[in-house]
Amino acid sequence: MGILAIAFNTFREGVKEKIFYAIVIFGIIIMGSSRVISSLSLGEVEKITKDLGLATISLLGLLVAIFVGTKLVYEEISRKTIYTIVSKPITRSQFILGKYLGLILIISVTLAILTGFFCLVVYLNLGTLSLPLLGAIALIFLELAVITSVAIFFSTFTSPISSALFTVGIWVVGHFSGDLKALVQMSPSSLVKATSIFLYYLVPNLSNFNIRGEVVHEVSVPRLFLVFSTVYGIVYTTVVILISSLIFRRRSF
Amino acid sequence: MEAIKTEGLGKVYKSGFKKIKALENLSLSIGGGEVFGFLGPNAAGKTTTIKILTHLTFPTSGSAWVLGEAVGSPNVKHRIGYLPENPSFYPNLTAVELLSFYSQLFGLSGRRCRERIKELLNMVGLEQAGKLSVGSYSKGMLQRIGMAQSLLNDPDLVILDEPLAGVDPVGRKSLRDLILRLKKAGKTVFFSTHILQDVELICDRVGILINGRLVSVGRLADILTEQVESIEITGRDVSRDAFEGLNRIALHLVGDSDKWMVVVKDDAAVDRVWEIVSLGKGKINSIVPRTRTLEDHFIEKMRE
Repeated sequence: MGILAIAFNTFREGVKEKIFYAIVIFGIIIMGSSRVISSLSLGEVEKITKDLGLATISLLGLLVAIFVGTKLVYEEISRKTIYTIVSKPITRSQFILGKYLGLILIISVTLAILTGFFCLVVYLNLGTLSLPLLGAIALIFLELAVITSVAIFFSTFTSPISSALFTVGIWVVGHFSGDLKALVQMSPSSLVKATSIFLYYLVPNLSNFNIRGEVVHEVSVPRLFLVFSTVYGIVYTTVVILISSLIFRRRSF
Repeated sequence: MEAIKTEGLGKVYKSGFKKIKALENLSLSIGGGEVFGFLGPNAAGKTTTIKILTHLTFPTSGSAWVLGEAVGSPNVKHRIGYLPENPSFYPNLTAVELLSFYSQLFGLSGRRCRERIKELLNMVGLEQAGKLSVGSYSKGMLQRIGMAQSLLNDPDLVILDEPLAGVDPVGRKSLRDLILRLKKAGKTVFFSTHILQDVELICDRVGILINGRLVSVGRLADILTEQVESIEITGRDVSRDAFEGLNRIALHLVGDSDKWMVVVKDDAAVDRVWEIVSLGKGKINSIVPRTRTLEDHFIEKMRE
C-alpha cells in the first residue's frame, strides 16, 4: 500500500508540472503537422506519417522521463519532504520503487495521449491502422521504462542537471551499443577494446527496443526478438532499481 | 521499558577534507510517558540526534533504541510520530489529501482514516483549512498540519523538532496544550527547543546539549530549586551619595538616583539597602526574591 501511495502521489505531483503539458501539446502539434510535411514529398505520406509519429512519441517520452525523472528524488530531499516519508513505516527501497512506478504512470499517460492522437493522424492520413505500430510503441514504452530507471538511479545521488546529462549520455551511448561491439573487433588498442566491452555490457542496448524502421517499411519482426527485448528491458530495469535502492538506503538526510 | 535509549551515540559529518563532530558520546534514557525537553543552542546536535532516532541519518558510533527496538525497524516506525524542524510538505496537496497520503503509508484507509483526519484537523485547529492547499499555509499552520501528520497513527512516542519555533503566542499555547494532552494520554513526548519558557511549563525532565555533548540532564524540579538565589529591589529618588552606597553592596545595579534596580545576595543586604534608602530619602517600590530559572541553569552550563 505504501508503494502505491508513493506512486500515486508522484503521479499527482508530476502531472502538475507545466513541462508535462508543454511536451504533450508540442507532440500533438508535431504529429498534426505530418500531413503538411508529407505533402512536400510525393508518395511518402505513409512513411513520413508513421516515422514522424513514432519518433515524436519516442523523443517526447524521453523528455518526460528526463525532465521529471531526474528531479523526482532530488526534490524530495532538497524540499525536505522526504523527512516525513522515510520516518513512516516504509523502507527506502519501497520509496524508490514507488517513485519509479509513479513516473512510469506519468509516462504511460503521456504515451497514451500521444498514441491516441497518432492513431487518429494515421487513420486520417492513410485511412487504415496497423497493429505493428502499437508493437513499436510498446517497445518505445519499454525503452522509456529502462531510461526512467537510469534517471532515478542518477537522481539518488546527484543534482537534476548532472542526472539529466548522465541520462542523456546513457541514452545516446545506448543507441550505439552495436557500434561499440564493432569497435571491439576493429580497434587494435587493448584499452579501447576493454572500455568498449565495459560500456557495451554496462549501458543498456537500446537498439533492442527500436523496431521503428521495420514497422514503417512493413518488415516483419521475429516474435523471439520481441520476447527477448521485453525480458531484457524488465531485467535491466530491475537491476538498476535494485542498485538505486542500495545507494539510497545508505543516504543520510 | 524506556521509550528512547542511546549509548555512546556519536555523529561526524564530513565537509570536504574537514570532519565536523555533531554529536559526541550521547547516552540518554527516556522513560515511557515522559515529556522530555532537549535543549541547546543552535548547532548543538539536537536535530542530528532526532534524525538518528527517526532513521534519517546514521550514527558514526554508538547505538540507539526506540520503544525497545533498534532504530529504523518497521515496528518502531508504526509506533512513532515525528515533526521535523520547519516542516515542508507537497504544496499542491490540500491538508486532507496530505493527511490521507500519510495515512496510506501507515496502511490506514477507509472510514476510520477519514474520521481520524477530521479529528486531527479539529485537534490542531485547522478544520476550516482542510480543503486549502498546503502551499498557501502560514508558518504556524504548517507547524500545525505537521503536528497532525505526526499523530495520525496514534503513536506511543512523539518526536518533535522545534515544534514551537516561529509560532505566534496563541499557536504556541495550543501546541503546548496539545503536548500536555498527549502526556495525559500516556504518550512519551521528546522535543527539542530553545524556547526555555515553554520547557518550564510542560517538561518533566530536560537534557542540555552543547557542542554535541550532553552537559546536563535531570528533573526540572531538581534544576529549578526553590532556594532564593538573589533579591531584586526597585526604588526611586535617592541622593547621589546613597546611590553610590547602593552600588557598593549590589551584585548588580542599573538606572540612576531617580529610578534604580539593585540585585543583592541575601536578607542582610536587603536590610542594608533599606538603611541606605531611608538615609538617602528615597523610596522602595518592590522587593522580589529570585529563584533559579531554567535560563540561569542553561546559561551557567553554556559558560562552563
